[in-house]
Amino acid sequence: MSDFYLVWKNISRNKLRLILNTFAIVIAFLLFGVLGAINNAFNAGVELSADNRLVVVNKINFTQPLPISYVAKIAAVEGVKAVTHANWFGAYVEGSKVFFAGMAVDPETYLDVYADFMSVSDTHRQAWQRNRQGVLVGEKLAQTFGWKIGDRIPISSNIFSKTDGTHVWDMVVEGIFTGAEAQIDTNFLLFHYKYFIETQTFGSDWVGWMVITTDDSNLNDQVANAIDEQFANSAHETETSSEKQFNKSFLEQIGSIGFIITSVVAAAFFTLLLIVGNSMALAIRERTREIGVLKTLGFSAHHVFRLVLSESVLLAVIGGVLGLLLANMIVNGLGQVPQIKNMLPSLVLNGDILLTAFLYMVALGLVTGVIPAYRAMQLNIVEALSRK
Amino acid sequence: MSEVLFELRNVHKEFIKGKEKITIFDDLSLTLKKGDFIAIMGPSGSGKTTLLNMLGGVDRPTRGQILFNGGDTTRLSEGQLAQWRADHVGFIFQFYNLMSMLSAERNVELPLLLKKLSKSDRKKHVAAALALVGLQDRAGHQPKELSGGQQQRVAIARAIVTDPDILLCDEPTGDLDRNTATQIMEMLQSLNREFNKTIIMVTHDPEAAKYSRRQLHLDKGQFTDLETAA
Repeated sequence: MSDFYLVWKNISRNKLRLILNTFAIVIAFLLFGVLGAINNAFNAGVELSADNRLVVVNKINFTQPLPISYVAKIAAVEGVKAVTHANWFGAYVEGSKVFFAGMAVDPETYLDVYADFMSVSDTHRQAWQRNRQGVLVGEKLAQTFGWKIGDRIPISSNIFSKTDGTHVWDMVVEGIFTGAEAQIDTNFLLFHYKYFIETQTFGSDWVGWMVITTDDSNLNDQVANAIDEQFANSAHETETSSEKQFNKSFLEQIGSIGFIITSVVAAAFFTLLLIVGNSMALAIRERTREIGVLKTLGFSAHHVFRLVLSESVLLAVIGGVLGLLLANMIVNGLGQVPQIKNMLPSLVLNGDILLTAFLYMVALGLVTGVIPAYRAMQLNIVEALSRK
Repeated sequence: MSEVLFELRNVHKEFIKGKEKITIFDDLSLTLKKGDFIAIMGPSGSGKTTLLNMLGGVDRPTRGQILFNGGDTTRLSEGQLAQWRADHVGFIFQFYNLMSMLSAERNVELPLLLKKLSKSDRKKHVAAALALVGLQDRAGHQPKELSGGQQQRVAIARAIVTDPDILLCDEPTGDLDRNTATQIMEMLQSLNREFNKTIIMVTHDPEAAKYSRRQLHLDKGQFTDLETAA
């Protein structure tokens, strides 16, 4: 027998109480795991942003276009290393209801600006650049639809239609790219800006946004100010921000996901503190006489304190681990749903969440156990033994 | 049997109950020898259990000294006193006070968790203690599966498993029928005579008291020597 055995026997002596307490903790950590994974998936783009990459959008909001003439003007700004541009397309395969990201980009410059983000072989790159109808497909997207080089694919937009009245763009898979890092989403495709702009109905002199790289990330503020000042008081004022800041602002359009998640988890944990704390206090009160006996046998007050505190920590860890196991199953399950896979490709229960959850388990155990443990430590033996 | 084990010097004990101060002992002095088997009797509220608690280091006198082998236990800190109890004292209670969720052998093993013993050594000690009280075949049973007498024997095994110098018994037969009480008293007598354990027992039962070597009557905070066995 060890102290651990004694602790386990004490928490498992009342099976119903153990099950109910564990269930409450499981629910809290299940929420924490699933919501934490969703939050991380939303923020994955923010974390993977390059330090020296800036995004230039219309000052009104990022859905408003900018003149294509800005590209050359921005390229001339001191400190700008490379410029590219992109237009949101919002793609789906004709006949399918699965939406995914599709962008019309400048094939000559886009890959240079995102050289640290995506990998594509020279053969694929050159083949894509040569073919006006060519499309560069992300590895994950290609796997989803089973596309391979040379396939002709009919791509439609949920926003645009063509000048001829149809809304299907005929494209040819000329290359497949992979993410430079494992967690980079490759669930999108890139095709030629010219093919898009010359065939869609909204005119031909605009771009959605521009992306630039600077010579040095220390020049970011200077470059951003120079660009925005250049177009100040024009018909199309710009707002230039770092890629990280832009991605963050983009997410905040949906709402502060982090805040919502933190609020839900905090409410769950607060309720849990009351439930488990109350239950622990009751459990120890019921065992007053036994604690008196332990002390009589020679268990020191500190030893008793440790035993009682260990009970609440063990309970929190058992419930927490079960909650995270369930959360992992749910997150993996959600990751297999095509719509969610497209929206949140980085949905995983990662090490950071697990570590934070473990710290929360220990903290929960300590907070709920410290008062009962202190009372047990302070318990007078004579009073404890005389308790009926 | 002449070596002094306990010596109470001018012990004073009082309680505050509400606004009232109740004095239990005033200037009590007593000497207890190694190998003694003493029965303390007296009316309810005479301070028998309080005396036992003070001797066992679970309660402290308001004033005075309690010497154990010459050392003053009242000067020990709470932590030192807990260690002293683990090293020198075995307790036997009226209602056994076993841990309901532990088997008989685990209950007996409890005090050994405080000793630096290997698992196999602990197992040997537990087996020996259970054999001594005749319960080796009930080792895996939970307290609720044992009779009152068997539970008290488990409690005795728990009290002796660390080989303490002294056994303090608070009404050890108070919850048992006559036949079982006799068995328990014979067991305590055997521990005293064959293993030279010093036993101090509080009891209301004159039949149980007959097994002691010496009976002390406690009344109004003072002792009267009633009888000394041959």
